[in-house]
Amino acid sequence: MSQEMSPPPPHPAAHGADGLAERRRAVPPNVDLVKGVWRENPVLIQLLGLCPTLAVTNSVANSVVMGIATFFVLVGSSLLVSTFRRRIPNEVRIATYILIIATFVTIAEFALQALVPGIYKALGPFVALIVVNCIILGRQEAFAGRNPVGRSVLDAVGMGAGFMIALLIMGSVREILGSGTFLGVSLFGPRYEPWVIMVLPPGGFFTLAFVLLTISWWKRRQPALAKAAEPRGLVVAERAA
Amino acid sequence: MSAPRLLITASPHLAAGDSTPRIMWNVVGSLVPILAAATYFFGPSAVLVVAAATAGAVVTEHSCGGKGTVGDGSAVITGILLGLTLPAGLPLWMAFVGGAFGIGIGKLVFGGLGQNVFNPALLGRAFLQASFPVALTTFPAPASAGDWWRLGGDNFALPFVTARALDAVTSATPLGRMKFEQAATPLSDLVFGSTSGSLGETSGLLILLCGGYLALRNFLNWRIPASIFATAALLATLLHALDPARHSGALFTLFSGGLMLGAMYMATDLVTSPVTNLGCWIFGAGVAVLVVVIRSWGGLAEGVMYSILIMNALVPYLNRCTQPRVFGSRPVRRAP
Repeated sequence: MSQEMSPPPPHPAAHGADGLAERRRAVPPNVDLVKGVWRENPVLIQLLGLCPTLAVTNSVANSVVMGIATFFVLVGSSLLVSTFRRRIPNEVRIATYILIIATFVTIAEFALQALVPGIYKALGPFVALIVVNCIILGRQEAFAGRNPVGRSVLDAVGMGAGFMIALLIMGSVREILGSGTFLGVSLFGPRYEPWVIMVLPPGGFFTLAFVLLTISWWKRRQPALAKAAEPRGLVVAERAA
Repeated sequence: MSAPRLLITASPHLAAGDSTPRIMWNVVGSLVPILAAATYFFGPSAVLVVAAATAGAVVTEHSCGGKGTVGDGSAVITGILLGLTLPAGLPLWMAFVGGAFGIGIGKLVFGGLGQNVFNPALLGRAFLQASFPVALTTFPAPASAGDWWRLGGDNFALPFVTARALDAVTSATPLGRMKFEQAATPLSDLVFGSTSGSLGETSGLLILLCGGYLALRNFLNWRIPASIFATAALLATLLHALDPARHSGALFTLFSGGLMLGAMYMATDLVTSPVTNLGCWIFGAGVAVLVVVIRSWGGLAEGVMYSILIMNALVPYLNRCTQPRVFGSRPVRRAP
């Protein structure tokens, strides 16, 4: 994990914390944006926010709506927290973050209730539970609370996109196997035998386990692949010389 | 050099000759008569379903397991036992998936033979039951003399495709009839096996004989089935005395459904049963209580599978609670 996850920051008002961090390393904006999608994906790598990942991914539609709601809350609260980071006293920062997050969750909840009432009902209490989603609080505590607004928003967008991607993978696997449909469109015709267990809670655990297994297998393969490619690279370099 | 006069080695000095593969292949051998009976009652479908489940188990063990672990026979046992818990008309691809799941998720992810918490065959069946509830509860009637060759259902359905409804005769299992229609089944049918049901849960007498052979060879701890039968009979008699219309008697409870096969072959799995004798008694009693509770008050007609899986989860705890006193040591006394 990168150094943003280090213990709570000194009081931001103690001045200079940001400046120091920025002087220490100038991070290109695309790094902030991209790291959440893959290298530090909140669900697949950091294993945060597993509760909604397991609970609401039994169909693609639910996953997408949940992903959008969380994305909105994450970007909104990162923006606000980062803007006020010098004004929030260190002692009550968690309570303040939660208050800001809850504001955005309430907005998201009302919006979903008005726009997609069916899915809102299917998501049940998990929309309100975005408040305690540890991805969001984690990003405020680890990043937005000590970084300038631009970087914080980029980070939130990346993390939100990573969360959406993870939910989409889970939702696709579970809906395709569990109901034979994608976004409600039948894929295999009427004679498909649905694997009922995949839309039930155990299916969530199995799918998550297999996705994590695939990722760790892939990550373990990377160094081996790089090593396999190395000698060839040398040969090419020699020829070029 | 002549042989030494006195040979001094550490114990043990006598080897019984029993190894894991030998025990496992003995269990496989003892399953053959049950498989033959299933074939006699349900026709060629029985062989096909069991073969598909075994193929799923063995292929998974071979491709994902350690080197040469297929040879110890444990995957074959899992496959055959899983096949025996399935209905004859099940599409073969489902049986294959069940076998692969039982070995892959039930055994290999825990580290292979000896490491698993739950009985792999039952885990495979629980997965199938949750995934394909309709196919798993469609029981063909036993084949009659004339059309023995007819398949029990759409065995050859393509993968991922629902089985077509062939004109196979289906009928409710004795437990289902008891639970949902309050209709009894003659005891002789239960004992000899000419009832509808899963492949291996028909002939109680035969399972008792094959399991008895294993118990005589000491390949299974006889205390587990004894405890299951005693507790189940006691509870059933009690409930029957209280309300004869709703609850079946002791003999029906023992010989119907998967209780025989479960008690003899699933609960006594060497890996997932307690190691102490007292633990075995408690384990068996727990299975029997759960079976009777699920059968009497649960939504399902049969509860042997879930009972054994639940008790499997308690086995480490039972082992710890029933540790015998080490010889020569004294129990710790607290100061008064």
